[in-house]
Order: sequence, then C-alpha cells, then structure tokens
Amino acid sequence: MSNPEEILDPELKLYEKRKGVYPKAVDGTFRKLKWAIMAVTLGIYYITPWIRWDRGPYAPDQAVLVDLANRRFFMFGIEIWPHEFYYVAGMLVMAGIGLFLVTSAVGRAWCGYSCPQTVWTDLFQHIERAIDGDRNAQFRLQDAPWGLKKIAKRLSKWTVWLLVAMATGGAWIFYFADAPTLAREFFTGEAAFVAYATVGVLTATTFIFGGFMREQVCVYMCPWPRIQAAMMDEKSLTVTYKDWRGEPRGSVKKAEAQPGSFGDCIDCNQCVAVCPTGIDIREGPQIGCITCALCIDACDKVMDQVGRPRGLIDYVTSEDAELEKAGQAHTPVLKTLFRPRTILYFSVWGAIGMAMLFAVGNRTRIDISANHDRNPLYVQLADGDVRNAYTANLRNMENRPRTMEISMSGLGQAVLWSSEGARETAGQTVTVKVPADSVGRVRLFVAAPGAGPQREEFSFTVQAEDDRTAQDTHDVFFERPERAE
Amino acid sequence: MVDKQRVDEATGTKTVGHEWDGIEELDTPMPRWWLWTLYATIIWALVYVILYPAWPMLNSATEGVLGWSSRGEYQKAVDAREAELEPIRQALVSTDIHDLPKNTALLNEAIQGGRSAFKVHCVQCHGAGAAGSKGYPNLNDDEWLWGGDMEAIEYTLIHGIRNPDHDETRFSQMPAFGRDGILQPNEIQDLVSHVRVLSNREQPSASATRGAALFEINCTICHGNDAKGDRMQGAPNLTDAINLYGLDRASLTETITNSRYGVMPRWGQRLDAATIRMLTAYVHSLGGGEAAPVEDASAEQAAATSEGETPSDEQS
Repeated sequence: MSNPEEILDPELKLYEKRKGVYPKAVDGTFRKLKWAIMAVTLGIYYITPWIRWDRGPYAPDQAVLVDLANRRFFMFGIEIWPHEFYYVAGMLVMAGIGLFLVTSAVGRAWCGYSCPQTVWTDLFQHIERAIDGDRNAQFRLQDAPWGLKKIAKRLSKWTVWLLVAMATGGAWIFYFADAPTLAREFFTGEAAFVAYATVGVLTATTFIFGGFMREQVCVYMCPWPRIQAAMMDEKSLTVTYKDWRGEPRGSVKKAEAQPGSFGDCIDCNQCVAVCPTGIDIREGPQIGCITCALCIDACDKVMDQVGRPRGLIDYVTSEDAELEKAGQAHTPVLKTLFRPRTILYFSVWGAIGMAMLFAVGNRTRIDISANHDRNPLYVQLADGDVRNAYTANLRNMENRPRTMEISMSGLGQAVLWSSEGARETAGQTVTVKVPADSVGRVRLFVAAPGAGPQREEFSFTVQAEDDRTAQDTHDVFFERPERAE
Repeated sequence: MVDKQRVDEATGTKTVGHEWDGIEELDTPMPRWWLWTLYATIIWALVYVILYPAWPMLNSATEGVLGWSSRGEYQKAVDAREAELEPIRQALVSTDIHDLPKNTALLNEAIQGGRSAFKVHCVQCHGAGAAGSKGYPNLNDDEWLWGGDMEAIEYTLIHGIRNPDHDETRFSQMPAFGRDGILQPNEIQDLVSHVRVLSNREQPSASATRGAALFEINCTICHGNDAKGDRMQGAPNLTDAINLYGLDRASLTETITNSRYGVMPRWGQRLDAATIRMLTAYVHSLGGGEAAPVEDASAEQAAATSEGETPSDEQS
C-alpha cells in the first residue's frame, strides 16, 4: 500500500507532528499576576466543596452543592429548584456577556489568565521545569537517548502530573455530593461507579490536555479564540510587538557599529523562549497568542538590561498602535474603556444581574399548581351535583416540614375535599402536610350544584400555617355537562 | 491542479491549488494526533463489533461475545422491577381488605399498580378515564349497581357480571316486558313517563299516573317501592341523576321492551389476587368509593327510615 503522502507533492505534508514547546521561566509584573490568578482560581476550585453552610436538619450543610439526584442546587444562602433553572440560565447569559465585555475591553484576557486550560497547562509547565530543569535542560533531555536518568525524570514528572490530574478530577465530584462522605466512600471503594468513572475521565483529560496537548487545545479544539477574534475591535487591548520601533532587528553590537540603522529589537528571542504556546509575537497578532503577556515581562527585562525604554512588546490597542506609529499620543485610557460598546455590554450585564437579584429577593417559597382531570372532565353525581377532580402539586421550598392549607374561591356553593377525606365531611379548605424541601401531591375533589355555566373559572390558594404572609394562587376551571335535555 | 499551487504570501503556506471565485485553500497540515484519534475510532469499532451485536444477518444480527441485547436489558429491568414489587404484592394479598384503607402507604402502592393494570385490562369498556359510556358504568361517580365498598368492588372484579357457567357471578335478569308480551306498547310508554317523572325529567301527567300503577305491579320487586333500586340484584336507582342506559324516552322504551344484559368478564380466572386487589383500590379511589359495610349498616338504617317518607313524597 502506498503512503498517501507519496501521491502528493512530497513537500506537502498531510499530517504534522506537534512541535514541542519548552517555555523558559520568566519573572515580572504579568508573571506575578498569573501566579496570583492561578492561586485564586485553583483555590476556589479545590476548596469550595469543603465549605460548610448550616441549613438545619432537613437540608445538606455543604455551601455549594449540585444535588443532581434530588434535583436541587445549593449555593450558600440560595437554593434553586429545577423550575427555577432560569437563574442558572441568567448566570450563563451573564457569563457570556461578561466575556464579551472583558474581550471588547482587554482582549483575550480570559485565555491568558483564567481559562482552566491555561491555568492547568501553566501548573504542569512549572512542574516540568521543577523536575527537568529550564528550557535548555528540557531540550537536552528531549534529545538525550533513553537512559536511566531520562526514564527516572520522565516517570517522576508523569507521576506528579498524574497526581495533580487525579486531584483535579477528584475535586470535581465533590460538587455533586456531600464532600466528606463521598471522600470516605471514594477511598474505601464504596462510592458509586459514576464517581470513579468521572474521576477517571477527568484525570485522563487533565493529564493529556495539561501535559501533552497544551496549546493544541487552544489552536485546534477551542472555538473561543475564533469567537474572540470576531469580538475584538480597534479599541481592544492586545499584546503587540511595536514593529515600527523594533525593526529592523539587530544585536547591540551591530547597533553600536552602525548607529541609526537598527531598531530597538536586539533579536534576543527571549519573547519566543518564554511563550507557553510557542509562537513568535513579532509576527503580529495570531490565533496561538493567548495574550498571557509573559513576552512583555521577558522583553521589558531585556530592555532594562540594554538600557532601552520598556514596552517594545506591550498591551496596546490597535488604534493606539496606529497613533503611536504616526508619532501621536495614545487615546486616554478612560476613553478607550468607556465607549458605547463596553457601556452597552456592562448595562445589559448589570441589568440582568439586578433583575436576578430582585427576583431572588422576592420569590416565594410556597407554590401550588393544580391540573384539572382531563378524563373525565366532570362526573355527574347521583344527587344532581357535578364533581370535578384536580391533582395539585404543593411545593414546600423551605427546609422544614410545613402544614399547608388549600382554599378555593370564586365557586359558589361548592365543597372541597381531598382523597383522604369524603364528600360528607367536605368543607371549604383542605390541609396537607408537606415534608421539608419537597413537593406534596394531593388529589382534590370539588362538588358544586349541577345548575350553572358549563365552564366556570375559580382558583385554589395555598398558604402555610407557619407563615401566612406568603401564598400562591392557581386559576382552574370547573366543568359541567352540556345540558342536552 | 497541482500547477495552480503557489505559496501564499501572508502566511508562507502553500495552497492546495483549488480556487473558488478568488478564494483559495491553504494546505495547512493536520496535527498528527488527529490521525491517531482516527485510528483509535477504528480500533474502537473493531472491538465493538466483536463484543456487541453488529452485523445484520438474515434473521438476526451477529450476537457479539458479551451476549448483550437491548431486549435482554429490557427483560433485566422488568425482572428487577418485578422483584422490587414482589413484597408489595405479597403484602397486598395477605392484608385484609378492610384494613387496606388504614395502611396508607400500601394503599397508595395498590392504587398506582391498579392504575397501570386498569389501562391494560379495563379501558376497552370503561374508557381511559374510567368514565364509561352508555351501557358501561362510569366508575368515578357515586352510583353503584352492585356496591361500591372495597369488598363489593373486589367481588365484582373476581366473579364478573352475568358471566356464563359461573355460579358466583353477579347475576340478575330484567324481563323483556315488550318482547315477551308482558306489557303492551302503550303501557310501556306510560311506564316510561312515570320513570322520567321519578327522576324529575318530566312533569307529572296522566300517562305517568297510569305508569305509576304499572310500576307498582311490575317493577317494585326489584327496583323497590321507592324506585331506589336494590344492590343485591344490581337493580339501578331510578330516582337519581345517573342512569347506565340513558333516561331519554327512546332509551327507556328500548330498555323496558327488550331489557338489557350487561356482561363483565370474571377477572378472577385471568388475573392474580394482587392485581385484582390493586384494581379494587384504584377503582375505589376514583372518587365514588364507599366506606366498608360495617359503617354502611348505619347508613342502610338511615336509608330505611327515609324509605317510609320517600314514597309519600313522590305520590304528592
């Protein structure tokens, strides 16, 4: 069988091996910022499930818990039921618009600092440097033949990666069950299969994505760089190599020999060496650039050493870049930040947030919905009255059992009873005990005189006996037979 | 096409040579791991084909080494559910039917099970909502031909109604007054008038008065002096708002002339005791279920005392 690559032009390769990236350690303003963001984001991720929050005896005491089995979402003082999923939808909308806002103002800041792929890749690269040494040592080790030392280093690196990956996959499941209980069950082999499967999958993806795929995830898999490229405009901050200042490149010696014929770039390649995605920022903005700004740190350090002004590589909007090229001053930062687009994004983002806060603050934790029986719509009773039946769902969204009272209004001379009662003892109200944080279901019967309109609207109202201020009403119909005779 | 290949200036990448309205395709190589994922899916497919049913043959597909089948999975789920329900079924059979209403949890289980069984065995006649139709009783209402407490409902379910060759079946037979020549057509019309007056569907008339006399001779044996029927014989109450075959003149004429002969199968020979008990609980729960006969005795006494008054009321 002939190799498909032989059929084509031998220079055109169908597939390409990944070029290894061995970023050099660097220190500076943005590196410090990345450290801080890494500490905060990883801290939030690993610690959150272990925060306790007392909700009384009828609800879990985990501050953040996605209880899929019981269909509840707990977040500190807020509990969300499935029918309130629009709060989650609202959060997602806010997250989306928030990303628009951030992107239009400061470019791909999400990619550079807080994307999990970036944070974990960064962590994995630190581990790599700690074990294999810095950039040059990593090159040497890569090219070295397999020997005892290389095997030992590779094994220890992969082991540490694997431990981090397992901790990452392991932390995820604690968001979905009581963390201390699940941790105990997990290590004694009593946890559910899905827990082990989830940890297994997430361990594998963390290990592979953080250790081996790295920038390939951003370049080939992630849709977000493309979307962000469309979101950015001439007023968005982006990491820019000031070619008008740097070109043509030449070493310090050359510049000393021929003053005036070289730019500020001394072609030291430090910006390429520190890049975690292995690109050359001097080629201009590109999909591989996650704007982590480590090249800015590297370049500033070099500029300090050779005594030239900092900022050869810098965060600049493309509008400012044009201005600077033409020798004019930058647009004021405030004017760049506060422009119609960012103000619009922020207003929508803020409005949704305020609306959700208002809705959460005003929601009632009691609810009735009553479904009229479809078949039969009505039942003719022997004494001439007509009976209708309803199935009512009573939501008790408080974390305590409550006794609820259903009353009806708008239907004269009617009586109400539940499947527990009987028509003989029927009255105007029905009391139901609903367990804590759950839905009580009760079948309601209503009997009214047979004479009357064929369809009559009335309503059920529910109140809890321990809190009469909150109530909920549901409108329903009372149906009577067509009077043929 | 190869001759159209050129190097794109902006990217330094070769083009593949295709061109559509000036748009050209860069020949960027795929990442090599992409190829590995393709190989991985092929290996996955090979393993899958060996382990699971895959190749369609004439009558069925290849079975696969694991012996897995969707039908087998379904059977497993059904068996698991049956095993789960077994204790409930046993508890239902061993519980006295008078005690069932007190055991709320068991009663609810029975009602749930009954709802399912009803949809399989009963909806053909009684309808999906158990509301019946002409000739098929509505099980939601508070009128019962043969009794509406749990025990009576269960008896009807087990033995059926007018079931041939079964001694214990609920049985009664109304004479075909017209067909057998017991009454003349004009007498039947008088009787129809009287019955309609009984349930307030017509104003008293001369015809109805003649019918009243005929009623006393021909009908009271089963339907009672007060026309309120007799559950021992499945004779319906003629004074209330409900009637199985209709209270319009045509239906009543047909009923009195040719009689009716509603039949219900005896489910005792087709369904197990637990399912019958579930159906009993379900039918009883529909809204017309009556209390157990122990309490019924006082109700009957109350009915008996009112019996004395009713005829005089109707006479007036």
